[in-house]
Amino acid sequence: MNDVRDLSHFVEHLNGGIARLHLAIDGMTCAGCMFRIESGLTSVPNVEKARVNLTNRRLAVEWRDGTLDPAQLIDRLAELGYKAQPFDPERAEVAEAHDAHFLLRCLGVAAFAAMNIMLLSVSVWSGNLSDITPEQRDFFHWLSALIALPAAAYAGRPFFYSGVRALSTGRLNMDVPITLGVLLALGMSVFETLHHAEHAYFDSAIMLLTFLLAGRYFDQNMRRRTHAVASNLAALKAEMVCKFVSADEISEVPVVAIRAGDIVLVRPGERLAVDGVVVDGRSTIDQSLVTGETKPLSVGKAANVYAGTLNISGTLRVRVDAAASGTLLDEISRLLEKAIEARSRYVRLADRAARFYAPAVHLTALATLFGWIAVGASWHDAIVIAIAVLIITCPCALGLAIPAVQVVASGALFRAGVLLKAGDAIERLADVDTIVFDKTGTLTLPDPEVVNAADVPHHVLVLAGRLALASRHPLATAVARAVRAKAPIDGAIEEAGRGVRACVNGIEMRLGRPSFCDAEAQAAAVARQDPEASAVAVAYGEERHVLSVRQRIRPDAAASINDLRGQGFAVEILSGDRRQAVEHVAQALGVDNVRTGVAPADKIHRIEELKRAGRRVLMVGDGLNDAPALAAADVSLSPVSAAQLTQAAADAIFLGDTLAPVAAALALARRAKRIMRENLAMAVLYNAIAVPLAIFGFATPLVAAIAMSGSSVLVTANALRARKLAEKATRWKF
Amino acid sequence: MEVLIYLVPMALALGILGLVAFLWSLRSGQYDDLEGAAWRAIMDEDHAREPRDQ
Repeated sequence: MNDVRDLSHFVEHLNGGIARLHLAIDGMTCAGCMFRIESGLTSVPNVEKARVNLTNRRLAVEWRDGTLDPAQLIDRLAELGYKAQPFDPERAEVAEAHDAHFLLRCLGVAAFAAMNIMLLSVSVWSGNLSDITPEQRDFFHWLSALIALPAAAYAGRPFFYSGVRALSTGRLNMDVPITLGVLLALGMSVFETLHHAEHAYFDSAIMLLTFLLAGRYFDQNMRRRTHAVASNLAALKAEMVCKFVSADEISEVPVVAIRAGDIVLVRPGERLAVDGVVVDGRSTIDQSLVTGETKPLSVGKAANVYAGTLNISGTLRVRVDAAASGTLLDEISRLLEKAIEARSRYVRLADRAARFYAPAVHLTALATLFGWIAVGASWHDAIVIAIAVLIITCPCALGLAIPAVQVVASGALFRAGVLLKAGDAIERLADVDTIVFDKTGTLTLPDPEVVNAADVPHHVLVLAGRLALASRHPLATAVARAVRAKAPIDGAIEEAGRGVRACVNGIEMRLGRPSFCDAEAQAAAVARQDPEASAVAVAYGEERHVLSVRQRIRPDAAASINDLRGQGFAVEILSGDRRQAVEHVAQALGVDNVRTGVAPADKIHRIEELKRAGRRVLMVGDGLNDAPALAAADVSLSPVSAAQLTQAAADAIFLGDTLAPVAAALALARRAKRIMRENLAMAVLYNAIAVPLAIFGFATPLVAAIAMSGSSVLVTANALRARKLAEKATRWKF
Repeated sequence: MEVLIYLVPMALALGILGLVAFLWSLRSGQYDDLEGAAWRAIMDEDHAREPRDQ
């Protein structure tokens, strides 16, 4: 069957007859990939431009409109070895890119002004010690004002807007003392310059803005990066669906283009991308990703089928049913919404610090003002000193303390195979003391595997693998994968629902159900050993063998779980699967705390019960039935094979076949949080030294400049230590 | 100190030139992909064109 893929939904039409498509690319790991993709695509006729963005792993292709089918580009990428999916850049992402540009422009202006003013200030400071005349000093101060005032008006906007917004809703945030400090410093400096004073604080105000904008930009950059990861994952998960465009013609279209009432074709081995009702055909369906239940379910006409389930044996025609109320998926979506609403908003470390910092700063400045007046200073001197206190306490190092660590730690997590989707997830991960695992697809690998390959003669197994390539049945796929079969056997015939047969070197060979291969006795023997496994029989001439196929536990699961428990985490299994299936895994991993046959709502209840008991819960799960529990937990992880809805609910995604990234993420997060605390402590220490100096009137612009830049550099350098652990945990070199 | 009459405007002009160059580079998207840009600098032009010539 030759499909027509219709990607027109994603194509942008630009001016000048150019069409553009944005693609999320999977498997792009290094600069070499970037060159291969770009040169591989520009060699396609009519392609005008192909530009890879290595930072967020995306590609923009432009071609002359109407000259080629965008599906060709995806095929070309597949030839090159990359999986690509088109996507719409989300509106939120566009707005964020805009914000990031704005911040960077502000940062550029502030940095330019800071450099030029510092040039003038250093002249004044050295001149004050030698032979500068008051006229020359005034001239330099006025020049500084000329640069500083417009620069602050431009570059200070992110803080001014946010500070005013906070005040108008009756709150105090970090931007209020910043705004006040900058405005007062500039105002006072203009006043002092008018009166030919020795000190002006133009440099302090602008330097403060520069450092704070750098911190703000880091923070924003991190948020953009996590969002890009999230939408790439969503795009790569979005499946294509075979839709009937007329009674007997099909076309392959993206899921987003499917409407209720459409009829779609689902072939064996395909995962359903929609909810609906079977209108024609019979098959068995694997619901493990939806419910955690590993036993296949047989469906026929009028049966309800759900997105995320896997069609195993027969071809189905499904009528899409968008308003599937009262269904399992509907129930899960409802629970998910509730869980997200109820998620107690975690107060970030920085916000907690700000809450007490802003009032403390203002009170100190006010106390200084009245203190100096009380001891008989003039109003002018008292105000100048009070403003110096405000300037020196401005949270310069504080503004960098946390974003710098976040950026470094998220990079380290990325290299350890963990993609963050929420910026504050690092802080929440660091607090975890209880880990709840789902079983199917989380502790076990998502795809079934042959577990008794050693019991079958190798040449028979290799032939069986090649024969298995003729079928898309998941069990056949597992057999083919077991021997990495690549060469299909000629003339293989699939008998739907039974198996595959072919003639190999004049000997008849069959692969399929035990009854199809006349191997029921051997199958019964295998079933006695491992009742949970599925049996695939092989008949080769007179030989009969039975392969036992099951979801295997992740290779390092036992070691990882042991390791986690050794570190003092409480570990629990919460599965929707049957008791027998879960217990086998629990025993192998040595986990006693097991709950089986748990419905999605009960998973939430259990997690809430743990939270009420004061536990900080990390939920690790991949099924649709886990999605609400992921949202209800304090923090959540999903393997990259998880269902789309589940990944959307998780705070981070981990890659690969092992559970090692879970432990690495926890260790890195703890380290990152410790460094964040250290940074905050450093910022406090800085204040403990600088504030008394300012209160007693020694905070000249020179002192302010040294204190501010010194503490900022120290905090940033400390943040770089969050990288260190990563080298041990690094598994994914990019 | 008359030299300041030339030096100060020159310093400012150079500074503004730098700022304009930065804003231009920002606008033309040179900060959109920092990782890729690092590698493009060492990209072998001939190698990159090869497939097109084939």
